[in-house]
Amino acid sequence: MSFFDRTARDWLLTELFSGMALTFRYMFKPRVTINYPYEKGPLSPRFRGEHALRRYPNGEERCIACKLCEAICPAQAITIEAEPRDDGSRRTTRYDIDMTKCIYCGFCQEACPVDAIVEGPNFEFATETRAELMYDKDKLLANGDRWEVELAARIEADAPYR
Amino acid sequence: MPVKLTIDGQEVEVEAGSTILQTADYMGIEIPRFCYHERLAIAGNCRMCLVEVEKSPKPVASCAMPVAEGMVVKTDTPMVKKAREGVLEFLLINHPLDCPICDQGGECDLQDETVAYGRGKSRFEENKRAVEDKDFGPNVKGTMTRCIHCTRCIRFITDVAGVPELGATGRGEHMEVGTYVEKALSSELSGNIVDLCPVGALTSRPYAFTARSWELKKTESVDVLDALGSAIRVDTRSNQVMRILPAINDDINEEWLGDKSRNSYDGLLRQRLDRPYVRNKKGKLEAASWGDALKAVAAKLTKAGGSKIAAIAGDLADAEAMVALKDLFTALGSANIDCRQDGAKIGGPRGSYIFNSGIAGIEEADALLLIGTNPRVEAPVLNARIRKRYLKGGFKVGAVGPAANLTYKHENFGDEAKILEAIASGKHDFAKVLKDAKRPMLIIGQGAVARADGDVILGLARKIAEATGMVTDGWNGFNMLHQAAARVGGLDLGFVPGKGGHDVAGILDGAEKGEIEVVYLLGADEIDMNRLGKAFVIYQGHHGDAGAHRADVVLPGAAYTEKGGTYVNTEGRVQVTRLAVFPPGEAKEDWKILRALAEVAGHAPGYDTIEQVRARLAQVNPVFGRLDELSPAAWEAFGAEGKVSGDAFAATIANYYMTDPISRASTTMAECTAAFVNTAAERTGTHG
Repeated sequence: MSFFDRTARDWLLTELFSGMALTFRYMFKPRVTINYPYEKGPLSPRFRGEHALRRYPNGEERCIACKLCEAICPAQAITIEAEPRDDGSRRTTRYDIDMTKCIYCGFCQEACPVDAIVEGPNFEFATETRAELMYDKDKLLANGDRWEVELAARIEADAPYR
Repeated sequence: MPVKLTIDGQEVEVEAGSTILQTADYMGIEIPRFCYHERLAIAGNCRMCLVEVEKSPKPVASCAMPVAEGMVVKTDTPMVKKAREGVLEFLLINHPLDCPICDQGGECDLQDETVAYGRGKSRFEENKRAVEDKDFGPNVKGTMTRCIHCTRCIRFITDVAGVPELGATGRGEHMEVGTYVEKALSSELSGNIVDLCPVGALTSRPYAFTARSWELKKTESVDVLDALGSAIRVDTRSNQVMRILPAINDDINEEWLGDKSRNSYDGLLRQRLDRPYVRNKKGKLEAASWGDALKAVAAKLTKAGGSKIAAIAGDLADAEAMVALKDLFTALGSANIDCRQDGAKIGGPRGSYIFNSGIAGIEEADALLLIGTNPRVEAPVLNARIRKRYLKGGFKVGAVGPAANLTYKHENFGDEAKILEAIASGKHDFAKVLKDAKRPMLIIGQGAVARADGDVILGLARKIAEATGMVTDGWNGFNMLHQAAARVGGLDLGFVPGKGGHDVAGILDGAEKGEIEVVYLLGADEIDMNRLGKAFVIYQGHHGDAGAHRADVVLPGAAYTEKGGTYVNTEGRVQVTRLAVFPPGEAKEDWKILRALAEVAGHAPGYDTIEQVRARLAQVNPVFGRLDELSPAAWEAFGAEGKVSGDAFAATIANYYMTDPISRASTTMAECTAAFVNTAAERTGTHG
């Protein structure tokens, strides 16, 4: 019996039509793809992208060179050197992240007692050379300045769950 | 009389008079503490060490409670835990919790105890107390808001260092530890309060914010900036010394360290010689390759040869380098070698130039005569040991030499050498004191022997020792205190003029007259370079100091943190430093340089490895085969008969903080010099 059934279906192109019907149905549904470089998908406030060093609203850098991020970093991507600044406060003289080592685990921002080092929403920082991925303090602070509005919003959005 | 008690169900027998905490430590039971320290007086004011004692209604502070027969102590009951949690909560009320910016973070007792007994959340909602930071000078940084009032620093400065400059003012919440009137701590041992502080109230100023304890590599080594050979721990990160801490060696430094030894490590980075230099025809030092430099040196040495060449070993030279240099000069046929830059008239039998009783022996002595020495600046840790003995009572100290504040009561008989004659002949009052003492002791410093009649004074000291019964079976109270770490090693090796050879004074005279044409300085910077005349000078060392400035060829060597070097301390104890970091640039270990030079000069010695050099050392003098132990020296005749000159004993160290190339290159030591030696009152308009 199944032989006749199958032959009939084959000749009547039922599978083709049901497939086309499905395709046709999707033409009236909202699109799930986005036009990537021009459109972007939603990101969680916890998304761990490119690093940034934040400042306080008065322009003072937050980082106090406690080196907890350096200590916790499982990939040992962070290098910090510190000394007393002229006003006697504890500051870094060097804050380097090797982005090629980083595994984006987010431990650094978890460890930071002053929310200085954060992983921001930016994931589009591909470079042409490896050398460009050796971030120094200036680069990280510039990142912080550029993304500060979003970084602050993300931390606020995630605050109730911390 | 032993006492039997039970702690946590284990029965134990200890001497009466010990405390519960000491007993628990002995048994390996851990009791948290902040104010108790085994080398300080007991204060009992932090209350962290509370334990439960049966039949006692309240918990008991175990650090201050003496044991009693049949006592039953419990250290792990819920009551004890609750009591300690309460104490810790009170301590944390006014502690700022600024661990991320505190240098103690990672090695803080309060942090550790908070992990064990902390609540995790504070119930204190009022404002925390804030205390103004105090300036304790270039060595110690005071962040007094963090202070938990354990008073360890006060007890150390008052009891051990003997410079009562720290104290507490105010009561309760208003209590503040400070110097009453703000000033720098003038003790040479002030750095130790940084180690003692259980929190971050007192931290090291030179080390401030530069590293974290967890990122440091720790290397146990030996200090060479004075002649004690204190045990130290060199903390390094990558290839840089980040700090130097004392390690425990009960025979030498207990667990203290002088400020120069502790804080001059930044000098290891500055003024370093990192490649060979040869002076060119224009008279300028020009960078050269090792091969060229060694060839230039070998050519000069072999050409002059014999009595026209001379070698002087400096105060920081290790024994390996000295034996290699001695072997080279012997091969070249020269006897002009000397390791006594200050011209001290020493070098007879071993018993005449070592600290025979041992540093720990000071605690057994009951009378002490200081001759031409100021131990407070020559060896501050040794001075603390004398003070420790003094505090036990029944200890009379007399001094012949320049008057100085030694931090303990002593009688200064004047600074004339003639007084020694009176003591030796028994006419002096102090001769009787020494004679009546069971274990009398004398310490003779370099100030007494580094003078024209030094050997006569040494002979007088021997007479005093023999006349007052300082040398008996099992006790030898004749002690020489050195200032240079290399000195005893040099004397043990016989790095002194051989037959027909010249000593330092003779070498300088010869160089001035042109009789000596080549002078080899092995880290020797303390001689008068102007007297070297037209001689061709080779300087091998690690710092660009006076010697390198004068030199015609500079060979870069390694500092004590950069090599495994053998040093013999003032007691005659042979110790070895360990490599903590590598020498900078092209610098090499000193014995290797000399080994290479000997080969270029055509006198290759029979050793190629450090083990072979050490075997050679032991061959020259068997004491080098016995590491870290005291080798008693036989008592033989030494010194000379004669008349002492009328000259007074002079102080040998004008500035404790700068005595060697390393400390002279250190900015911290420069700050100390400005703060303690060239004080503002003595400054003129030309001071920077």
